Order: sequence, then C-alpha cells, then structure tokens
Amino acid sequence: MSERLVELEVLRYNPETDSKPHFQRYSVPCREEWVILDALNQIKETIDATLSYRWSCHMAVCGSCGMMINGEPKLACKSFVRNYDGVIRVEPLAHFPIERDLVTVIDDFMGKLARVRPYLIPREAKTVEQGEYRQTPEELKRYKQYTLCINCMLCYAACPEYGLIPKFIGPAAISMAHRYNLDSRDGGRELRQEEIAASEGVWECSFAGACSEVCPEHVDPAAALQQVKIASTIDWFKEHLMPWLKK
Amino acid sequence: MAEKVTRRPYVREVPRTRWFFRHPRYLRYMAREVTCLFIGAYTLLMVVGLHRLAQGRASWEAFLEMLRSPWSIAFHGLALGFSLYHTITWFNLTPKALPVQIGEGFLPDAVIAGAHYAVWALLSLILLKLAGAY
Amino acid sequence: MARSNKPIVWGPFAAGGTLTAFLTPALVILTLLAALGNVPEVLAYDRLHAIAAHWLGKAAFIAVIFLSLWSVAHRLRITLYDIGVRADTAVAVAVYSAAGLASIAAAVFLFRL
Repeated sequence: MSERLVELEVLRYNPETDSKPHFQRYSVPCREEWVILDALNQIKETIDATLSYRWSCHMAVCGSCGMMINGEPKLACKSFVRNYDGVIRVEPLAHFPIERDLVTVIDDFMGKLARVRPYLIPREAKTVEQGEYRQTPEELKRYKQYTLCINCMLCYAACPEYGLIPKFIGPAAISMAHRYNLDSRDGGRELRQEEIAASEGVWECSFAGACSEVCPEHVDPAAALQQVKIASTIDWFKEHLMPWLKK
Repeated sequence: MAEKVTRRPYVREVPRTRWFFRHPRYLRYMAREVTCLFIGAYTLLMVVGLHRLAQGRASWEAFLEMLRSPWSIAFHGLALGFSLYHTITWFNLTPKALPVQIGEGFLPDAVIAGAHYAVWALLSLILLKLAGAY
Repeated sequence: MARSNKPIVWGPFAAGGTLTAFLTPALVILTLLAALGNVPEVLAYDRLHAIAAHWLGKAAFIAVIFLSLWSVAHRLRITLYDIGVRADTAVAVAVYSAAGLASIAAAVFLFRL
C-alpha cells in the first residue's frame, strides 16, 4: 500500500485568540485510498490535536463533514486524496459563519428546516387501530428522490442567492417541504406554502442550479424548487382569477 | 466546574459584484442571464421596425438600409449566439420543472428536452419557409 | 409569513422565456438575412404591411413583443441584484415599466397601420 506526502492548507480560526481566520499548512502522509477526512483525522491524531471539524459516519450518509475543498462544496469523506494534485485547500462550508476552524454555525439552516414542517401531516388522521396509511409503489416513487437529502448543506454553500440573501430559505429546506407535499399521505401543503411561497421562500431562487450540481445524494433540489414555483404560480392565479374555486 | 464559553462566529463576506468569477458554473449562469440583454435589444429593434413600418414605405426602406450596416450585422451575430444559448439552456432545464412520471419511472430528461428541440427546429424551419427565407 | 405576489410577474416571465426560446433565433435569422443583403419576402414592405394591418398580425406582434420584453425585464431585474444593485423595488418598477411602455408603443405603431 503506497503512501505519499500530501500538502493540506486548512483555514484555522480560534474565536478566543484570533481576530480573523488564517491558513495553516500541514504535510500529511496519506495512504492511496484515503479521503480528505482521513487526512484530517491523521492531522488531529498525530500532528495537531487542536484542529476542529465535524464528522461521523465516514460514508456519506450523515451529512456532517461538508466543507470547501479547493473551493468546491464537498463531503470530506467522499473526496479522494488521489483525485487532487498539489496543495489541497480545505475551508469551512461557504455562506455559514465560522464557529471554530472547519466547524460552521448551522443554526440558520436548522431553523429554516423546522419552519417548513418536514414531517408528515396526514391528510386524514388515522388511529393505530384503523390501520396503516397505504401507498402504491408509484405514489412512493413520486417523491422518493427528495427523501435522499442528508442535510449536509453543500447546496447552501453552492447557492449564489443564499450567499447574497441570507434570509432565503434555501434549496434543502424547500426540497424537504416538496418531498412531503408530493407524498400521497400528506395533507399539509397549505401550511407549508405559507413558508415556502413567501418572498424569502422559493422566489429568491434564480435557478442557477448550483445546488443540484454539488448535491452528493442526487436529490436535485433545483428541480424541486422549479416545481414549487410552478405549483405556487398556478395556485396564485387560481386564487386571484377564480376565487370561486375556494375549497 | 463550568468554564465560560466564548463564541465569536466569523462571517465571511461574499464579494457582491465579483462572486461569479469564483467558479465556471457561476460564469455559465451569468452568461445565461445576460442573454436577456441581447434578446431585449433585438425585441426593441422590432419595436423600432414597427415604428418605421407605420411611417410608410420610405421609412421602412431606410430601416432595411440601416440593417445592412456593419454594426447591425455584428449585433445580429451576437444576438443569434445569445438567443441560441437562451434556447439551449431553457430547453435543457425544462425537464427539471416538468417531470413526467410513467408508472414507477420518469420520462428521461433527454426525451423531454429532445422533444423541445425537435419542435423548435420544425417550427423554425416552417417559419423561415413561410417568410421566404429559403 | 405571507405568500408572495411574485407569481404575477413570474408567470409571464416563464411564458416569455419559453416563447423567446422557441421563436427569437428564427426571427434574428430573418433580419440577419436582410442585413446580409438577402431580404426575405416577408420583410418586403407590402408583405409585412399586409400582415401588420391584419388584426391577427397585430395581436401576434403585441403578444410576442410584450412577453419577450417582460421576460427580459424580469431576468434583468434578477441579474442586477446578482451583480450588487440592491434597490430591488426601484429596479423592478423601472424594468417592468420599460417593458410595458415599449409594448404600448408597439401597439400604438401597429394601430397606425
């Protein structure tokens, strides 16, 4: 198993001692099959124990290790060292405040996720005795891809509009709302529209499509957002031009 | 014994006017967005043309004469390029906005976009034929 | 959080964007041919005048011009915001008014025919 020395340039920030972030260079002996996360763990274990970063599953399902690698939002556990030449620049995920080193403040996203009610609001509530909510494979397929989101926030780092307009609810949150809106068991679309059809909801999206390009799970949030725009537009015109259609 | 926690999150500013130079995908996005300048300019040219048409034959002939200037030819070249880029980006993105589910599958993006290209080619050829372009 | 009224400007934008995607390249080719000295029959004064004099022709011109200008205006509004012009309301009023006024001008010219 071959090893090579890889140069990592990592953005450091200690809120207790630093006035602003600064890069620190590390020379890390890496195995051929390693990912960036392995290199970071190697740094923490053998070179610099003060380096802080989030990680958990090491297999691209938990969404913890999102960071900027050579300026691109990536999961550190899914970025292979062998795919990079020269010095690898590692920075915290863009468009989020830096807590410390590679750890970002994610409160904004967590708040937005809660606002869109990302849970089933049953169309007709059933007690346990009444049995299960039944769904055909076709009904499941309709929303399946939007269930794959691991809340890694790479899409927020890529989205130019979120970078310019911090109050934009953002790709992942709106895709989660869309996932439930498309679910045949759900009846909560009207409630969610109050959040996602607002001006800081889907209407800040300009369909740049960067979110879908960086999504590690192929959720395609850009598609979800355009579908929400069309549905919201049809709603609006129905409501304003045909008010007698009120349910 | 609890220690005092010092949090001082650092906010990295996004350069307001130059953020799109940071990555090719943002440049492609801006290229798509600025197609509106050329499509807008061309449509305004159409409005001017209608004005000349309404003023009578001599005015219209002068308009056609003006179209033959080098600036006009250069503008038309750019307008054609940018309007084609708008067409291509619009058709390629349409399948995202209008998914077609068939059973447990979805109509492939290439089919939806391909249908748009086919209809566009057909309509354009018919329009150009009716207009006497060929 | 109130639902936005954005749909009222986005709907015509989507329609205009689709229209320009299908139509504009062919239109540019027509006047490009004229620019290169090979005027297509439809751009001859008598032909074009006849089309624009007919109510269907007028309707078609107005629809194409309005939807094209509206979609351009909307995109310009967003682009200006993207490049740092923050006064969104002022920009919106300016661009949509310009699209509207130019469309009205086109209608006026058409009704003089």
